[in-house]
Amino acid sequence: MDPRAPQADRTDSDGRPVIVVDGVTKRFRLYDERNQSLKAAVMRGRRARYEEFLALDDISLTVPQGATIGLIGENGSGKSTLLKCMARILRPDAGTISVDGKVSALLELGAGFHPELSGRENVYLNGAILGLSSKELDSRFDSIVEFAGLSRFIDSPVKNYSSGMYVRLGFSVAINVSPDILLVDEVLAVGDEQFQTKCAEKFADLREDGKTIVLVSHALGTVRTMCEQAVWLEHGKVRAIGTAGDVVDDYVSEMHQGRAEGESHGGRWGSGEAVIERVELIGKEGRPTGHIATGDDVTIRLHYRADEPIPRPVFGVGIHTMGGVHVTGPNTHEAKVPIEKIDGTGHVDLHVSRVLLLPGTYDISVALTDTEIVHTFDFRQRAMRFDVGPGTPHETFGGVTSLGGEWHWHPDRD
Amino acid sequence: MTYFAEVAGSRDLLINLTLRELRGKYKRSVLGWGWSLINPLATMAIFTVVFSVLLKSNPAAGDPSGLDVFALFLLCGLLPWNYLSNSMTGGMYSLVGNANLIKKVYFPREVLVAANVASWLFSFLIEMAVLWVALIAFGNMVIPWIPAVLVLMLIQTAFVLGIALMLSVLNVYFRDTQHLIGIVLQVWFYGTPIIYPLSLVQQHISGWLYTLYEANPMAQFAQAYRNLMYDLRWPTAGNITYVVLVSAATLVAGALVFRRFEGRLAEEL
Repeated sequence: MDPRAPQADRTDSDGRPVIVVDGVTKRFRLYDERNQSLKAAVMRGRRARYEEFLALDDISLTVPQGATIGLIGENGSGKSTLLKCMARILRPDAGTISVDGKVSALLELGAGFHPELSGRENVYLNGAILGLSSKELDSRFDSIVEFAGLSRFIDSPVKNYSSGMYVRLGFSVAINVSPDILLVDEVLAVGDEQFQTKCAEKFADLREDGKTIVLVSHALGTVRTMCEQAVWLEHGKVRAIGTAGDVVDDYVSEMHQGRAEGESHGGRWGSGEAVIERVELIGKEGRPTGHIATGDDVTIRLHYRADEPIPRPVFGVGIHTMGGVHVTGPNTHEAKVPIEKIDGTGHVDLHVSRVLLLPGTYDISVALTDTEIVHTFDFRQRAMRFDVGPGTPHETFGGVTSLGGEWHWHPDRD
Repeated sequence: MTYFAEVAGSRDLLINLTLRELRGKYKRSVLGWGWSLINPLATMAIFTVVFSVLLKSNPAAGDPSGLDVFALFLLCGLLPWNYLSNSMTGGMYSLVGNANLIKKVYFPREVLVAANVASWLFSFLIEMAVLWVALIAFGNMVIPWIPAVLVLMLIQTAFVLGIALMLSVLNVYFRDTQHLIGIVLQVWFYGTPIIYPLSLVQQHISGWLYTLYEANPMAQFAQAYRNLMYDLRWPTAGNITYVVLVSAATLVAGALVFRRFEGRLAEEL
């Protein structure tokens, strides 16, 4: 793959380039001391000393009309910076970005809402900020309000809105700008489930209408399903560019490989008579690991220590995606595995002969409770994080888990 | 060319942002818009008591109008001053206060500053209208002079906008601009013939010091407003030429400074 001349090829669009990024470099200033005072500047003879941080390093890429492209990469890889440069919010230090068509950037919904003004006044205000004329807004007002589902509240001040209502109205205005190019930064992860479905439908409509969409997301599943192409940014450079499924797979298999295993990310509570000291994920080689593949034979091992005898305790495991989706939550009580009594140390294994989780990053939370699962001895939220890389079954169309099903073909015989 | 097209295209945005400023200003206050009149009236009352009643300051009657009311004399200079000082203070915060917007949406950033000035221009117009009524009530037939006053207000707007543009970006890079401006405004206020007549300055200072005093654009503006509304005569040609040139230069300088520094606004905020 040549990152310098990446042309997203797509058969069902005319392929006319609408965004051309050519050799874009962006540096940020990291100030030694954030002393923005005149006195400090005079004393020093200049403004505060700073180091430069290269957020984007000579990036070139082309987005053809009608394409949906995902930008992926770790935090700080420059994907949001690139998006902001495309949106003209940031100005590149070198290189050019030419954008052909009306752009709407969904970086933050409802940015610019005035809390004291009514929903109606804010629709006009926000619409104007996004570049709509009053006339255009007049004709779209009803559909904006309807999409947000706020007809009843449109004349009350937005400070009385719930955060969900706020975001819905913001999204509704932004999406009704009818842009040719939509730049989206993680905003799909907001609102309730019903609203998310609505957003997803709206995006599908826009794609069908031949609009160009550039999406920055950590939700790799979303990138896999929504985008044809993906760009993987690493330290401000294009690491890979190509079909979304392939790029996401490569990314996931490499991501965080050197990460410390068993690292704890979340909270912990419980009465502490007995604790889960350590959580291990035993891979197919029989050794603790933080990286497995779909289809592997693995064991989740909970090392416990009981300072006093605990009769009939219950061990539980919860697995969440990075986005917070609860995938599964098995425990020894429901599995009817009797544990007579724990006293001292030992471990409990959850053996999974075939992991069906699809590529992505997941967190394991563990719990040790009494028989009725009422009293908690120890609860460790996100006690361990692990990556799942591509394996068997291999599914590039996203999701959290495979069903592990089998396909059978039965043609009718005439 | 694209720049001008863009600024022209943001007319609706300017109107909407101005409305936001205006609506937001007095929301949730009982008197609402009344405050925009009460404030200058209170200042007027204080200055009248202190300077006219206690200190016996007695500026000469309007020539040729013959009007001799200290409060009206004061307002003719005070209202244009308030327009400047409100726009400077508001303009200074127009970028810093909208940091969130600037970081998240692209639009011509000048509009934020312009909307702030426009909102103060609107208040200024209302205050002036009230002043005109008062002048007429005291026998000063100001109506034929109103078109000229409106033109002068427009010229002052160019001046005010230029300064607000500079201050708005300056305050992003140096946050102590806001503290400095408080002092600057005080010195500038007393260095402008608002509570006292220009003739008083002429009596006490002369030579290069007086030239320096006269170079103050607000002194020239105050003089022009007072000529048109209090004295009911045309300002001198020199006076008008000066305010037009200074205002044009300030606006151009403001726009250039703004252009120069706006590129990194989203990062610096």
